[in-house]
Amino acid sequence: MADLEKFRAETRAWLEENCPPDMRKPMRGEEDICWGGKRWKFQSEAQKIWLERMAARGWTVPTWPKEYGGGGLSKEEAKILKEEMRRIKARSPLESFGIWMLGPALLEYGAHEQKAHFLPPIARGEIRWCQGYSEPNAGSDLASLQCRCEDRGDHWLVNGQKIWTSYADESDWIFVLVRTDREAPKHLGISFILIDMESPGVTTRPIRLISGKSPFCETFFDDVKVPKEHAPGVSAVVGELNRGWDVAKYLLTHEREMIGAGGSGAIGGAASPGEVAARLVGVDETGRLADPILRGRIAEAEIDGWAFLLTMERLKDEAKAGKGMGAKSSMLKYYGTEFNKRRYELMMDAAGSDGLEWEGERSEDGKLARSWLRTKANSIEGGTSEVQLNIIAKRILELPDA
Amino acid sequence: MPLVLTEEQEMLRDAARGFLEAKAPVSALRKLRDARDEVGFSRDLWKEMAEMGWAGVLVEEAFGGSDFGFAGAGVLAEEMGRTLTASPFLSTSILAATALKKYACEAHRQEYLPKIAAGDLVMALAVDEKNKHAPAKTALRAEKSGNAFRLSGEKTFVADGHVADKLIVAARTAGAPGEEAGITLFLVDAQAKGVARERTIMVDSRNAARVRFDGVEATGDDVVGEIDGGWRALEGVLNAGRAGLAAEMSGSAQRAFEMTVGYLKERTQFGRPIGAFQALQHRAAHLYCELELARSAALKALQVLDESFEAAGAFCSLAKAKAGAVARLASQEAIQMHGGIGMTDEHDIGLYMKRIRVAQEMFGDPAFHADRIARLRGY
Ligand SMILES: Cc1cc2nc3c(=O)[nH]c(=O)nc-3n(C[C@H](O)[C@H](O)[C@H](O)COP(=O)(O)OP(=O)(O)OC[C@H]3O[C@@H](n4cnc5c(N)ncnc54)[C@H](O)[C@@H]3O)c2cc1C
Repeated sequence: MADLEKFRAETRAWLEENCPPDMRKPMRGEEDICWGGKRWKFQSEAQKIWLERMAARGWTVPTWPKEYGGGGLSKEEAKILKEEMRRIKARSPLESFGIWMLGPALLEYGAHEQKAHFLPPIARGEIRWCQGYSEPNAGSDLASLQCRCEDRGDHWLVNGQKIWTSYADESDWIFVLVRTDREAPKHLGISFILIDMESPGVTTRPIRLISGKSPFCETFFDDVKVPKEHAPGVSAVVGELNRGWDVAKYLLTHEREMIGAGGSGAIGGAASPGEVAARLVGVDETGRLADPILRGRIAEAEIDGWAFLLTMERLKDEAKAGKGMGAKSSMLKYYGTEFNKRRYELMMDAAGSDGLEWEGERSEDGKLARSWLRTKANSIEGGTSEVQLNIIAKRILELPDA
Repeated sequence: MPLVLTEEQEMLRDAARGFLEAKAPVSALRKLRDARDEVGFSRDLWKEMAEMGWAGVLVEEAFGGSDFGFAGAGVLAEEMGRTLTASPFLSTSILAATALKKYACEAHRQEYLPKIAAGDLVMALAVDEKNKHAPAKTALRAEKSGNAFRLSGEKTFVADGHVADKLIVAARTAGAPGEEAGITLFLVDAQAKGVARERTIMVDSRNAARVRFDGVEATGDDVVGEIDGGWRALEGVLNAGRAGLAAEMSGSAQRAFEMTVGYLKERTQFGRPIGAFQALQHRAAHLYCELELARSAALKALQVLDESFEAAGAFCSLAKAKAGAVARLASQEAIQMHGGIGMTDEHDIGLYMKRIRVAQEMFGDPAFHADRIARLRGY
């Protein structure tokens, strides 16, 4: 206990000293996130310094082992770091699919050489990863994927198409699910492979979303040669050949936990509907929101949102340090994303016609409307809400198959 | 403080579950109901619970209690919620014990807390006057005459009020109904002259009372907390009760859900278990999530009561609102998914719906607490 208090004091002092003032302002939205990568252009000097300082301590990935670029913190210490960062409203120095998804999967399934090769550049924000899971005909039924990968002796040959690959056009590397055995039952012929996006034969084509933005792409693999080893002893395949589904599923639990947490406004410093409504709709003489029905709906949502945050906290406290929470991540994914959609519907209700402006300075180019539309993807990406409910029913409640 | 039970609390839970399943299962409540038992709970059982330290769960060891704190009390409430155990635990061990421990003078503490811990004294909180919880609207008058007060008015929905030895009564000593200032808490002997009690058998087969006060005499010595400034104490006591009820409802809802999921696996229609139908799977999975949220909210409220009692108001409202709404949903889904059998008196699931209905109404329904949270948040 005393050690933790000491850690808190030291952390507080270090943050005070090292977190630039500009990094203590809440993020306005996704556009303020630092994603890193070879092609990353820092939005400010402060963003760059903040990343460098945090990475030097391993605090971009606080619980990863030190030898792989992490901070080596215990679960309790990591919680304290988070609390202390929240205290000064410090922004997250780095977010990435490498941190949320690939890292945990490598830590669990990777060989030491793979961890030593790939994890430190993720921790430092030098290499940006994207996720090649979904295909045009393999969405919810992901295990039916067909992207083909053949053994050509000294290399793998990959052919096929992925879709909905977020940030594929800005990423350096991609982790891909490929079919390495076409005869085996569908779950048993899949492998998890790491591919450099600069390899000849990899192309991307952006897809535009209803929010008007294009954060994701179609990704094509045409006779892409992937070396068996990316460096001496560093296999391109993670885990066993043909057992990539285990890795894929494990990774998904981390992705879902992450998306669920994002839904609660944990990233992006989202405003609460109560605040937005008080500002936009106005309050009556007793200080109560002028629209009583909206007020009631917001209060009910606030209760659910708060109870959800506490549930995330509880599940983290229950889980073992550095481990995922298995099927319970489906609960966070389902509830958090459905809640986030509800939150944005309320904010749109509160904003009224102001919230409908799509262009121009007043609305910051339709910021609210675009964010509102973006949230609709929350309950689709990373596995739909229906799929999460299926998982809860099967894995947690152990209900029979249909 | 991690948002999980401590090892000690887990042991308490396991012991309580074993005891209650053996000694106070749902069939015990059924028996009390069918026998039209006048007390509404078993005094022998309550004595046994006292011996295990449950009656004195909030009472200091010096007074013979076990002092497990609010989180410990929540563990017991949750377990009693699972088995629908009838006992004066809420009225006496949570509400009255909180009032005495936090707000009473040393003489009262010394006199009553040991008796509570020993299971020898049943107390009840008399606060509501109308059909909906609205403590600030307390209208029951306590007229000052010389050194004394005379209480006149009516109280309703006084849990265990029909058998309580002592009543803690919220009365108005100043101001007008609707104002938080001007309320005073009195400790009144249930047998005192001018007290008339009507036992009200409730839908859940538990008992409450409507109590009339007709010029009942009290003195300054009978006051708990401050004269005219009783609001703080009343809020503190109610907060503890709300968190306790949230834990109880969480337990009842959890148990009703387990019975329902069990039934989904066992009942066959169209040649397969009904639990194979996705329409039911998704509703059950959604309910699972909601139950997890209710549990987190209840545990947090209890922990905050232990750590910083005065700051617990919003957390207790959160817990009461969330657990109330979720337990209601759980009981509704439970009956629907049981089909016709769920509507029979013979099946236990209906008893869960009834108890949950009462518990979610007591000390503020979800709407009351949503309103309170909105106010606290400034909208
Ligand atoms: C913004 C965004 C970013 C994404 N980023 C990535 C990424 O980076 N990498 C990547 O690989 N993928 C990504 N995805 C893809 C995402 O994982 C898929 O869209 C998702 O898994 C659903 O697949 P689908 O689109 O083919 O829908 P479908 O599977 O066709 O689903 C259509 C509807 O049918 C329902 N349905 C399907 N099966 C069942 C069932 N068994 N029971 C009940 N209902 C069912 C679904 O819930 C849904 O409502 C992204 C998607 C979005 C929207």
